[in-house]
Amino acid sequence: MSQLSTQTVDKPKGRGKRVFNRVLILVILAAIYVWAFSGVEEFKIKDTAGQISKAIFEGIIHPDWDFINDEEGLIYGLIDTLAISILGTFISAILTVPFGFWAARRRSKGGFFVTGVGRFILSYIRVFPEVVLAIIFIKAVGPGSYAGVLALGLHSIGMLGKLFAEEVDAIDHGPREALIATGANRIQVLVYSVLPQVLPGFISYTLYRFELNVRGASILGIIGAGGIGAPLIFALQSRNWPRVGIILLGVIILVSLIDLISGYLRKKIV
Amino acid sequence: MNQTPKKMVPKAPSKLKHYLTGIIVLALLAWSYWRSEASIVDLFTNRDQMATIIVEMFPPDWGYFLEIIDPMLETIRMAVIGTTFGAIIAVPIILLCANNVNRIPWISYPARFVLNLIRTVPELLLAAVFVAIFGLGMIPGIFALTIFSVGIIAKLTYESIEGIDKGPMEAMTAVGANKVQWITFSIIPQAAAYFVSYVLYTFEVNIRAAAILGLVGAGGIGLLFDSNLGFFNYPNVNTLVFATLIVVVIIDFISNKLREKLL
Repeated sequence: MSQLSTQTVDKPKGRGKRVFNRVLILVILAAIYVWAFSGVEEFKIKDTAGQISKAIFEGIIHPDWDFINDEEGLIYGLIDTLAISILGTFISAILTVPFGFWAARRRSKGGFFVTGVGRFILSYIRVFPEVVLAIIFIKAVGPGSYAGVLALGLHSIGMLGKLFAEEVDAIDHGPREALIATGANRIQVLVYSVLPQVLPGFISYTLYRFELNVRGASILGIIGAGGIGAPLIFALQSRNWPRVGIILLGVIILVSLIDLISGYLRKKIV
Repeated sequence: MNQTPKKMVPKAPSKLKHYLTGIIVLALLAWSYWRSEASIVDLFTNRDQMATIIVEMFPPDWGYFLEIIDPMLETIRMAVIGTTFGAIIAVPIILLCANNVNRIPWISYPARFVLNLIRTVPELLLAAVFVAIFGLGMIPGIFALTIFSVGIIAKLTYESIEGIDKGPMEAMTAVGANKVQWITFSIIPQAAAYFVSYVLYTFEVNIRAAAILGLVGAGGIGLLFDSNLGFFNYPNVNTLVFATLIVVVIIDFISNKLREKLL
């Protein structure tokens, strides 16, 4: 009986609170939108907008096929882009492994502080735009693919580190304890209990990051870090839309192919 | 008789496949090392220059913080509006793509194909095209982020919708609901939490993306990245990175709390 009565008392109270929360959320959302839209500059369509859109559209449906086989043309640029993303992803995967263990919650005995510092560094790397990193590396190693490789390699640590750390957090401690019980040393514990559990996840995330890096590498050339981005920005600046069209087509095909292959490999691994 | 014991001894799994994978990966790496003209030596010979840049970046110029508040707010505005429009446009696309909502394969597969096409176009390229159409400013950035958000939100949500519980859908069919009622009462209650959660996630991604759109003239904090890098003003560049970090961390925190409540 007493249980019943508390329930009847609680119910309307909880409901009132829920309604209040909903209204609060709506008010906050409305305020955010008023603020956001009030800051937008006046939307005016330039007289040339229609003409340009038409030119872009026509360029994209009539791509500049001759560019495909040009020296330093589409194929050349796409292969460069691919090379940049393969090497960049590999470098970041290797560099990320220690970060993954550092930022994992359970393994570090230093507790919150050590993990917190690891996570902060990863967040910092993650928000450092890869384009800005590439500009800095261009100053160091000169313009070209290599700067792109280094930028991707460093930038990817941010995201991969977070994913790797989550993977390390999720491991089963049974095998580890079993190995410790049989008197294995630390290296043996790592090799036979931790690595077999985290490796499939690590590889799968690395492949996923590889897909993203192919997209990233295709724009790095805009600031001179190699790959297909360089001809793309030239074509954009000179309003050469047929060329933009063919490059866009090339990027779409490359990215889709890589997504397919890497998606297939990831399915096999997991 | 003789063969039985032989068969019982388990054969070690062939390692040939692993070796082959290893060789292929190594070959790919060697090829990309050669192709991208990478050189470890270069990294070491130029380490002074790199070190100078890194040293120059710290400490960031904290006084510069006040000057970048306005562009930062502009970036947030772009992300808010772009994500919202993206979310609205994503709804019909989600319903077309999910094959348990739309049972007609010759509509759902082309819809997915278009969605994949959208996702392959880099957002910086979208921004550059929109800058050409609409001129410099926030508007092209908003358009680019809208299309970019449609790709992420639609893809993640339709994949979750395909995994929802079939019971309510069958129940609605059994009571003779029409398509609109069917979607409203069986799909939406199950999918709403996922949808909101992915919209929030996309918003975080958009803040980071919006921060660089300015490089091609699409407004926000990216314009400042461009000018400061042009003047080699690395302390300011670092201030920009820290400011972005602060905003991203705050939004990350709020949206994680909201998502925990939703899911």
